[in-house]
Amino acid sequence: MIIGDRKSLTEILDMIKDCRSILITGCKGCVTVCNVGGLKEVQVLASSLKIARKKEGKSIAIEENLLERQCDPEYIAELADVVHRYDAVLSMACGVGPQFLAEAYPTQKFFPAINTKFFGGATGHGVWEERCAGCGSCVIHNYDGLCPVSRCSKSLMNGPCGGSANGLCEISKDVVCIWDRIVKKKMEQGRLADLLTVMPAKDWSTSRDGGPRKSIREELTQ
Amino acid sequence: MSENKSGSNLERVLRAGHFAFTGECGPPKGANVGHLKEKIAFLKGNVDAVNITDNQTAVVRMSSWAASAIAVQEGVEPNFQMVCRDRNRLAMMSDILGAYSLGARNMLCLSGDHQRFGNHPEAKNVYDIDSLQLIALAKKMRDEEQFMNGEAIDVAPRLFIGAACNPFADPFEFRVYRLAKKISAGADFIQTQCIYNMEKFRLFMKMAVDMGLTEKCFILAGVTPLKSVGMAQYMARQVPGMDVPPGLIDRLKGASKGKAAEEGIKIAIEQIEEFKEMKGVSGVHLMAIEWEHRVAEIAERAQMLPRPPI
Ligand code: SF4
Ligand code: SF4
Repeated sequence: MIIGDRKSLTEILDMIKDCRSILITGCKGCVTVCNVGGLKEVQVLASSLKIARKKEGKSIAIEENLLERQCDPEYIAELADVVHRYDAVLSMACGVGPQFLAEAYPTQKFFPAINTKFFGGATGHGVWEERCAGCGSCVIHNYDGLCPVSRCSKSLMNGPCGGSANGLCEISKDVVCIWDRIVKKKMEQGRLADLLTVMPAKDWSTSRDGGPRKSIREELTQ
Repeated sequence: MSENKSGSNLERVLRAGHFAFTGECGPPKGANVGHLKEKIAFLKGNVDAVNITDNQTAVVRMSSWAASAIAVQEGVEPNFQMVCRDRNRLAMMSDILGAYSLGARNMLCLSGDHQRFGNHPEAKNVYDIDSLQLIALAKKMRDEEQFMNGEAIDVAPRLFIGAACNPFADPFEFRVYRLAKKISAGADFIQTQCIYNMEKFRLFMKMAVDMGLTEKCFILAGVTPLKSVGMAQYMARQVPGMDVPPGLIDRLKGASKGKAAEEGIKIAIEQIEEFKEMKGVSGVHLMAIEWEHRVAEIAERAQMLPRPPI
């Protein structure tokens, strides 16, 4: 799923400093699962903003809302009646949400309350880690299911680099060297030979480098 | 390992069976050509080629191709370094052509330190291709006279292709295989990371010799004299993939006051003497960081002079 972190209260307060009323809309998709933009988080943000604004002596009216998904025009349409009642709308979905909202309601102002970060999953309570960079041409079968594109700090196809030490990446003691894992797994499984040929340069045209991407499923477009 | 692939002096020295000696020079943090020339002058005649670093430790400096061209003007053979961090394949190929056109005949292919270490940690990193793919690219440009996409090159760059190798990074058991991969990708010579743990290096070299790798490629052992106890401790603790044994730090500590640097040089000279005898080692790469003015003395004391004429 898509993982994000909420922006700081200070940053959000600054974005909405000229608003006297706002609508905060969450999303039941990924951001609910990663506890950043679901119902509870919408409520917490609404009350934090109210308290902060009260302290500043500039109270604010806030409506709380939760959409099934903000990446689907069908659900975005549900806001048609309320969206213009407020000075602005704060979206707690990933970066897709405020864009779909802005496309549907071009005269309203939308602010992102979330910093959208990566595709990943939970590795412990309250901990999410990156697993995929959406390169558009998956090669993880070559690396025993461990993705060097998203998980090696240099996206090396032929690692590990000379900075790998004690299973950790050169960039930080908090970052695992995925190449250390790949090599050890291959060795344990007796498949070291897989790593002995030089992997050719990757074709990045399927990734973001090839420009904004689109997926068309012909059978569904009829 | 007989036929010459480039017009490189380093290649000629190695193929003639001499024990090679290369140095290193970091371009200035600015356009201070005068200072660069001074540093290069300290190395002239004392080494066979000088590595010109490429935004080393991810700190912006004068471009490595431009500094290499200045070395050529000064009559010193550069070993033009290129990292994968700052350029995509287009920029790499054009810089290879540019550096070659300005007289570079050696090139060292590196991944490059992550920008998080440097002075612009906010930068995007490129890593379009990795160091092995860069080696293969330089070889394709030279031997097949083609760009990466297969298009013909109008006058191909004939470079002596180098790569780095860090026997002290992990996992240790894989390091010799990664060396083998670099050789199969096209590396003609290897310069290793600074060696302090001689025991581990001996073991590594034995593995490389047993696998026949030293028959296919020239290996230059990396030496960086330790200037002080502080530097040794910093290398041991802060530089990932650097292995400075405690015994070595103790030896520097044991030196009388003000004599740690001299002890560091003594250690480096002892290492060079051992490398001369070590099976599979074809030379030494001396990285005397900001100590270019002491290279002549080290070369003299390690009996590396005179260098074979260019
Ligand atoms: S190889 Fe590409 S698609 Fe597959 S997991 Fe990695 S980034 Fe995602
Ligand atoms: S240390 Fe490992 S994860 Fe980090 S850049 Fe090097 S190979 Fe990639």
